[in-house]
Amino acid sequence: MKIEINGQPQQVEATTLAALVAELALETTRVATALNGRFIPSSARDAQPLTEGDRIEILSPMQGG
Amino acid sequence: MRSFYGITLDSPMMLGTAQYPSPAVLAAAFQASGAGVATVSLRREAGGGHDFWALIQDLGVRILPNTAGCHSVKEAVTTAHMARELFDTPWIKLEVIGHTDSLQPDPFGLVEAARVLCDEGFQVFPYTTEDLVLADRLVEAGCRVLMPWGAPIGTGLGLNNPYGLRSLRANFPDIPLVIDAGLGLPSHAAQAMEMGFDAILLNTAVAKAGDPAQMARAFARAAEAGQLAHAANPMEPRDMAAPSTPVLGKAWLS
Repeated sequence: MKIEINGQPQQVEATTLAALVAELALETTRVATALNGRFIPSSARDAQPLTEGDRIEILSPMQGG
Repeated sequence: MRSFYGITLDSPMMLGTAQYPSPAVLAAAFQASGAGVATVSLRREAGGGHDFWALIQDLGVRILPNTAGCHSVKEAVTTAHMARELFDTPWIKLEVIGHTDSLQPDPFGLVEAARVLCDEGFQVFPYTTEDLVLADRLVEAGCRVLMPWGAPIGTGLGLNNPYGLRSLRANFPDIPLVIDAGLGLPSHAAQAMEMGFDAILLNTAVAKAGDPAQMARAFARAAEAGQLAHAANPMEPRDMAAPSTPVLGKAWLS
């Protein structure tokens, strides 16, 4: 299915958010996720299905002022 | 030192983690500053997050995530939720930007976002102006720390409105106040602390100095000097000269 990850269109196999994080090899990386502008806690990723055209944000710690 | 949501910090310095020439220079600047708090952000995962997180953890300081770049209440609140999970802290430096050129906070959005986040148990550090009414609304919303700007972010202009900041300090004697943004020189930090502010938060002035570690040390000493001076209760300035040497007993030599 085709979704958008961090602003980039991408073809993925995953059908849940948890599976997507695994598919991107980010399981052991410290990331926070949002789906269509809504925060999805890591505990809820398993139960979060993905649908065509979803916008996913995957954020990590970064420098800030 | 004043307590920030129950946390008493040894140093009045809070330091940003952006714009340093290298991770090693960042670490050296933190060590030289003695800062007890580091501000961080969340950005799209691009491979560098893990190393940065390891670096920050090694600093051994408290983490204050920000909502930098957010222009709406929804964006800021969602970013705060993500920050709470990512950094495992209820602390959030709340920025809701209302004006692109000056990066001035949107006071209406700021109060609304602060109310939502305080109600959800966040400990909010709002990036605000010196406006008294706005400060009042933020306290009503549940904020127990306020962070007025000295000058717009990244300008290094110092305390643009000393009258307004003095007035803010006088009107909120029990709220910890942090000067956030706009400091360029250690003398600005000393001035803020002499006025009775509880801490300073800065980034660019240290990170963009030719020698960030040395500048961090200079800021730390200036902040400490200002803090000591405030505690020592400075004299009142006056317009007329007043001789400091006793007049009584002076010889008649003319």
